[in-house]
Amino acid sequence: MNRRLLQTLVTAAFAAAVPLTAPAQDAKVADELAKYREALADGNPADLLEVRGEALWAEKRGPKNASLEQCDLGLGPGKLEGAYAALPKYFKDTGKVMDVESRLVHCMVTLQGFKAEDVTKNWYSKPGRESDIEALVTFIGARSNGMKIAVPATHPEEAKMAKMGEYIFYRRSGPQDFSCAICHGQEGKRIRLQELGNLTTKDGAGTAMKTWPSYRVSQGAVWTMQRRLIDCMRQARWPEPNYLADSIVALETFLQKNATGTVMETPGIKR
Amino acid sequence: MSKLKLALCGLLTAAAVPAALAEAPGGKYAKDAEQMFRASFKAENPKYWMARLDQDETMKTCGLYRDNPPRKVGEKLEKLNAATIRYPVDGKLVGDWKEGEKLAAVGTGGHIGFIQPDPAGRVRGGNCYACHELAKKEVAYGTIGPSLHHFGKLRGQSEDIVKYAYDKIYNSNAFTACTNMPRFGLHSWLTPEQITHIVAFLIDPESPVNKD
Ligand code: HEC
Ligand code: HEC
Repeated sequence: MNRRLLQTLVTAAFAAAVPLTAPAQDAKVADELAKYREALADGNPADLLEVRGEALWAEKRGPKNASLEQCDLGLGPGKLEGAYAALPKYFKDTGKVMDVESRLVHCMVTLQGFKAEDVTKNWYSKPGRESDIEALVTFIGARSNGMKIAVPATHPEEAKMAKMGEYIFYRRSGPQDFSCAICHGQEGKRIRLQELGNLTTKDGAGTAMKTWPSYRVSQGAVWTMQRRLIDCMRQARWPEPNYLADSIVALETFLQKNATGTVMETPGIKR
Repeated sequence: MSKLKLALCGLLTAAAVPAALAEAPGGKYAKDAEQMFRASFKAENPKYWMARLDQDETMKTCGLYRDNPPRKVGEKLEKLNAATIRYPVDGKLVGDWKEGEKLAAVGTGGHIGFIQPDPAGRVRGGNCYACHELAKKEVAYGTIGPSLHHFGKLRGQSEDIVKYAYDKIYNSNAFTACTNMPRFGLHSWLTPEQITHIVAFLIDPESPVNKD
């Protein structure tokens, strides 16, 4: 068993221990604990996806019959070690701040000749429908495992993006008056039994951001950060933003900036 | 340094510190951010979905101050929100605690979108347990709000307490501007009648909130 897997097991066992100490649990929680144990018996299921992502990365595909090996995720063509931890980032060639997912799609379009609409159609998986993007992001994320998140947002476009993310974080709307800050702006709070960190501090943002992408036991799938944030908007009772929308990249820039300096432990495993 | 310069320096720092602390989220990019946020949603979304992104004065002001408005601003918002409270036609503010118990537990309702919307006809609840401890037997409660266990036992059932509980659920911001608690009546999330059931759940001596 490798060190990361061990770490994953320890973290998950700890997470599972919290609901266990409560006296009586509803069937749902017990159900999820059972799923935890099942998942842990074979290690983090995300590890399998990582292997599939690695193969996809190297495979010649698309109208141009090219691999992704020359994709520049910010550290130079083909440089993967630490790339995820340093995203989002400003890219000169597109003139935009891009996160790992928008950059990956950019590479699939420019290097492999895919159409963006086609390649993003299955941006998240469903039972019986795999997502190449999830696999690739899991693989790319794992290449930053053990490295520090490094999004100082020093480029003016990055600084602007982080500020715009901050704006959205505090923006309240919808039939429940929610903003991100309602659920993620204080220390040590819980919604039902789910622990919520304070994403405005290094500690809180670090604890959250270092574990993504993450295998979600309750969903039986790996979620990318885009999926996580789009679902939080659903929980806020807002409409869904477009996949790869600037507002998601802005929130990611804000959160990664707050988390900067935290060592990555990815892929994670979560409720 | 001359006395004048010293005094000026003092003035400048005094002015600069609160200004820096009070910077609104987004700083000088707030306007751009608002535009960018709105442009992030699908053009084919139904209109009523998009209306959920609109902000009233309370939402706008709370965002501006990161939910910590200066007292004067807070008071203004509280007045504004108090004026929105409507009561059931029969004037009865205490309903059936058993109905209230159900409503307090339901956390669904109002989810939209293409990925995981609520199925049609999904009951919409108060989702009080997301943020509050209420009946002792429900251990899956959140801590965003204070515990309401023994609410009636501790506060009694006076007319004032009943009205306070009703008003608080109808429009939480009537008492605490920019609280994390939703405004259930204002948004027609709960009907006045449903609110009276939840009030009963909070204050009735027979309700599990007070009994155990
Ligand atoms: C109504 C509550 C609610 C709102 C509003 C909300 N979230 Fe969440 N968020 C959650 C819950 C619940 C989880 C999952 C916690 C778990 O799985 O244990 C979560 C998880 C997250 C995570 C992952 C945390 C981790 O530790 O891995 C991030 C990051 C996040 N949310 C960001 C946001 C942002 C940004 C917004 C605003 C766009 C937002 N959330 C709005 C409830 C909310
Ligand atoms: C998203 C979080 C959230 C939800 C959901 C929520 N509340 Fe609250 N509630 C709070 C917070 C935070 C406070 C404390 C600040 C304040 O007074 O507004 C509070 C305060 C209260 C108080 C005042 C307590 C006191 O000591 O005076 C009452 C009563 C209350 N809530 C009832 C309810 C009921 C009933 C529901 C469900 C219909 C509910 N709340 C749903 C967050 C929430």
